[in-house]
Amino acid sequence: MSWLIHPSVGYSIVLALLFAIAAGLVGSFGLMKRMLLAGDVVSHLALPGIGLAFLLKINPLLGAAATLFLGTLLIWRLQKKTGLATESVIGVVFAAALGIGAAIIPSDELVDALFGKNHATSLFGFLLGVLAVFFIIAAIWKLRDRLVLSLFSPEVATATGVNVDRINLYFLLLFSLTILVGLRFMGALLAGSLIILPAAVGRRLTNKMSHFLIASSVASTISVGFGLLLNAAVPKFGPGPSIVMVATLLFCISLIKGVKRAGM
Amino acid sequence: MQELAKTILSVKDLTVDLDGRSILSGLSFELHEQEMLAIIGPNGAGKTVLLRTLLHMLPYQGEISWMENARIGYVPQRVAADRQLPLSASDLLNAKAHFLKLSQADIERVTSVADLTLELLNANMGILSGGQFQKVLIALALLGQPNVILFDEPTASLDELTQERVYELLHRLKEEQGITVVLVSHDLSVVYRYATMVLCIGKGKPCFGPPKEVLTPEALEALYSAPPKYYQHLREHHGL
Repeated sequence: MSWLIHPSVGYSIVLALLFAIAAGLVGSFGLMKRMLLAGDVVSHLALPGIGLAFLLKINPLLGAAATLFLGTLLIWRLQKKTGLATESVIGVVFAAALGIGAAIIPSDELVDALFGKNHATSLFGFLLGVLAVFFIIAAIWKLRDRLVLSLFSPEVATATGVNVDRINLYFLLLFSLTILVGLRFMGALLAGSLIILPAAVGRRLTNKMSHFLIASSVASTISVGFGLLLNAAVPKFGPGPSIVMVATLLFCISLIKGVKRAGM
Repeated sequence: MQELAKTILSVKDLTVDLDGRSILSGLSFELHEQEMLAIIGPNGAGKTVLLRTLLHMLPYQGEISWMENARIGYVPQRVAADRQLPLSASDLLNAKAHFLKLSQADIERVTSVADLTLELLNANMGILSGGQFQKVLIALALLGQPNVILFDEPTASLDELTQERVYELLHRLKEEQGITVVLVSHDLSVVYRYATMVLCIGKGKPCFGPPKEVLTPEALEALYSAPPKYYQHLREHHGL
């Protein structure tokens, strides 16, 4: 277990655990806003960016950030419209991003881009990541009242003086930023899953919002912690798949233990 | 009296087109302090669209001007988010109070007006009955001392006794606290009893005026193209 003490690996682990808390919080609001799947599409939008970064020989995360945020703006625009047309456009964007990404990312990098890998993190990368995570958590905390009102009823929120459109954009941007932080070790295919799964676990276990937010964040942190341990034991799994397997196991346990809810 | 009352809302030549379809066109009316305006019309006439437009949530042409210090409370017809959210009434009230920087005393005041018990406040919204859910929506709208409240079909899906209580509460708010009420309703007996002004939208030209002048049998016939009773029946059975 000597890898545990190497600073660059230590940075990665601490950052992954902090990322887990942010993912749990963002996922909780994503679940309540019923936009988890749209969020999953967002994570795939990183792929063409990673591919372009390889072509241009720049840091893959820079490329990912560029296409992620462009994609976020696209989804924000689409959210304003409803109906089948939106759904099919999101589906098309999803497929196109995956196809283009797979085509232009060098094949020896593709699996890592899709599923993540054990990256050593530099001190600079670590500090940047920590900054992003604290920003996400602080922003969600600051916006929580507006988020709650606008997800409950956009009309009630608007009458109260909340700019619902802007809140939706802020939330999507925070969502993308969370994906970006998780991208390195979770990969584009799995980064979204750490936003989805812990929130689903939290929802199974609680009925009150404060408990829900805490439960999702705890489930997320447990998934990452035990996922990284599982990956250390069986390195061939990779960190992303290991974390997702632990999160899925938690979800299965929550199905047995889950609280009884109205109409269910 | 009417001339002296302050104008809360003035709408001039309002036109709303959505997805290339004309929903409202050339609508003009005024709302004065302490009035209770009932908006009536068949389904699909654009009543909810009108309320949403008044909140500036939809694109429109024409003019909508609210009194400068208008504080609006909104009671939605149905809530878009599903009822399975991990939210309690107190989560919602706290969110709004916190956003508007109101105190715990403000929350207690509206919960007592809407008759919300501690048990209801802490229960998950998903297990509340239609009437209890409505009470929460009303308490939420009253928080922040609005001077005008928009009610989108406040009693749809409630039993008659509960409906009666909601209208009594609306009436009381108007009389005792001087709150101006805008109400979308399908229940013409309620409109006759409580509304001071009626706006009908639907087929043909919109009409606006006191209930006794506007709600003639001929006008209703033209508005709904079918007797209102029959329409009520359809609504109940098909959940339209």
